[in-house]
Amino acid sequence: MNRRPFLKLVSALTIASALAATATTAETIRIGAVAPKTGPLAGGATVTQWPSIYLWVDQVNAAGGLTVDGEQMMIELIEYDDQTNPGETIKAVQRLATQDDAHFIIAPYGTGLNLAAAPLFDRYGYPQIAVSAITDQQPELSAQFPNMFFTLGTTTALAADVVKVLSDMRDAGQLGDNVAMVNVADAFGIELATAARPLFEEAGFNIVYETSYPLGTQDLSPVIKGAAAAEPDAFVAWSYPPDTFGLTEQAMIENLDVKAFYTAVATPFPGYGARFGAAAEGVLGAGGVNTESPAFMEYAAAHEAVTGEKPDYWASATTYASLEILAQAIEAVGLDRAAVTQHLRESTYETILGPISFDENNSNPDFWTVGQWQGGVFKGVASRGRDGAVPVILKDGWE
Amino acid sequence: MSLTGPDIRNLCLAALAFAICALLPFGDDGYWLGLGVTIAMFTALATSWALFSGPTHYISLATAAFFGLGTYVTGLGIDTLPFWSLVGIAGVTGAVLAALVGLATLRLSGVYFVIFTLGLAELVRQVITWVQNNSGQKGLYVLTDLDEAGIYWWLLGLAAVVFLAGWLIGRSRLGFALRIIGDDETVAAHSGINTARAKVLLFMVPGAVAAMTGAILAPRYVYIEPSLAFAPILSFQVVIMALLGGASRLWGPVLGVIPFTFLLEAVSSNFPNQTTLVIGVAFLVIVYLLPGGFVGLLDRIKRRITARGAL
Repeated sequence: MNRRPFLKLVSALTIASALAATATTAETIRIGAVAPKTGPLAGGATVTQWPSIYLWVDQVNAAGGLTVDGEQMMIELIEYDDQTNPGETIKAVQRLATQDDAHFIIAPYGTGLNLAAAPLFDRYGYPQIAVSAITDQQPELSAQFPNMFFTLGTTTALAADVVKVLSDMRDAGQLGDNVAMVNVADAFGIELATAARPLFEEAGFNIVYETSYPLGTQDLSPVIKGAAAAEPDAFVAWSYPPDTFGLTEQAMIENLDVKAFYTAVATPFPGYGARFGAAAEGVLGAGGVNTESPAFMEYAAAHEAVTGEKPDYWASATTYASLEILAQAIEAVGLDRAAVTQHLRESTYETILGPISFDENNSNPDFWTVGQWQGGVFKGVASRGRDGAVPVILKDGWE
Repeated sequence: MSLTGPDIRNLCLAALAFAICALLPFGDDGYWLGLGVTIAMFTALATSWALFSGPTHYISLATAAFFGLGTYVTGLGIDTLPFWSLVGIAGVTGAVLAALVGLATLRLSGVYFVIFTLGLAELVRQVITWVQNNSGQKGLYVLTDLDEAGIYWWLLGLAAVVFLAGWLIGRSRLGFALRIIGDDETVAAHSGINTARAKVLLFMVPGAVAAMTGAILAPRYVYIEPSLAFAPILSFQVVIMALLGGASRLWGPVLGVIPFTFLLEAVSSNFPNQTTLVIGVAFLVIVYLLPGGFVGLLDRIKRRITARGAL
């Protein structure tokens, strides 16, 4: 793990470039960022959130900054580690708003941390373009926190599109009716399983095996063995990063014979493809992106060149898109936060994912829901309103 | 129970101090109030922790368990019950859980107690998760009108109650019994003190207070999930702060809470990439340089002054 020295280098470069910028222009735009660098969510945040932020700041400053009221302004990034602790997130946002006088603050990482910060974004009038906060409560939340925007979709959409992908495969005669469904017994895993159960039954599937396991379970072989004994046609796991890897590994060991194999969070991580190589071929997962689009390819190349890491095939690009949206709104109306928030509600933004606009619930209605590893790349196979979905392939063994 | 002159003076001074603290939201409703919430929260937690662990020398690592339980009481009840009743329910639930844990472990020697309390947060978390998983309960949202100032006043009120309770316990037969238990448990048992009962009774105080703190803070977190509500780091922070201040006096822990909160704040704003490392080093330095906490340091200075005066 030599990511840390690298991050330090990047932040040092960022600070250096910001300092250099101070010398040439009158003022900088102070952008605050708070997300985990330590704690349980650090693994996800250092793949998905931080590199895209560094890339964006690097690119904007390399291009001479943002144009605000006809003047070029460089970005100064102020970053804090919240240690995956909502109390720390709250303190950091408060510090950014009142001590550092940040012009704008990038939304935190994870549902819980985003919501802990929401009352402060609301009170100080900062727009909060949340990415990794997937929830069905978007109407209630945007009513309570009018500055909060959602980009990555809803729980029910994620579950419903998995059911739809499997239904289509069955209707094409590729799959039988029997599904094994497991979930990690933690907030998001429980939500997804609860949403999926009635949808599977409605679509005429038989759930022949269903179980859950606690977060952090090391030995997942009973789960896979139990599923294998029920002889399902498809295996669906509403899983988190550690068990996404653990379940796949056990499925390889047990040679789980299914036509469709789905694991949820972290399946689109580049680390997943790197670890399982050819065995990942045909694995379905949460998320996805149009890997053929020139905008994404250009972003992925820049991401790797600037940060040394590959982006994931889901929320990385959305994180970057959320920053593109912020930049376009600032360039359109200036540093007035209320005006920027109003602009977010009314306008359509050109991003690497395609055009994004927010509906009456501050939600982006166009997002990817299901992807699949095909030829060493995780490609989107189902989406709401996005172009470029590729046909699903059958899972053909684990070799 | 009769109050002497110094008692009345101390009570008045304490009441005045709390009244001054209560004015904070009028002076600043942003950054400093946020720090005030953190300080009030840890004052209530660390002071109540030291009420039990100070005299008995039993190190309890159960704070996160009770705290998480309290956040869940608010999370589950916020749509049906008024907020103040949830704080009360959380207190009762925390006290009952503490009594159960105490009955199971406090008859044993200290080390079993430490291990059990460390596991308790994980145990409660898994039980709650199990219930949620089987009932299909979704993530809990706590959307209220309670703002930062309201939360601060609630916590400050709770801290005042903790101080009052600690003061009363210190003057009571229970407090006297606990000091004897702390000095020598065998002697205490032979003097006719029901040691297990005394310990269980007192352990219910930090249990109830931590659960109430969790219940009060739930609206601040907005979204309640097990990994955030039961974060074990909270238990250790409370122990560190109480020991830094000194657990042998009622006002000791608050002397640790205030500087440690500012230290954490300075570290996380100046070393965003090495926060955990710097905190660890700071803790080592504190343990080596201040073994008895600030209270021990003050006592040493006082002794030196008296010794010099005697010459």
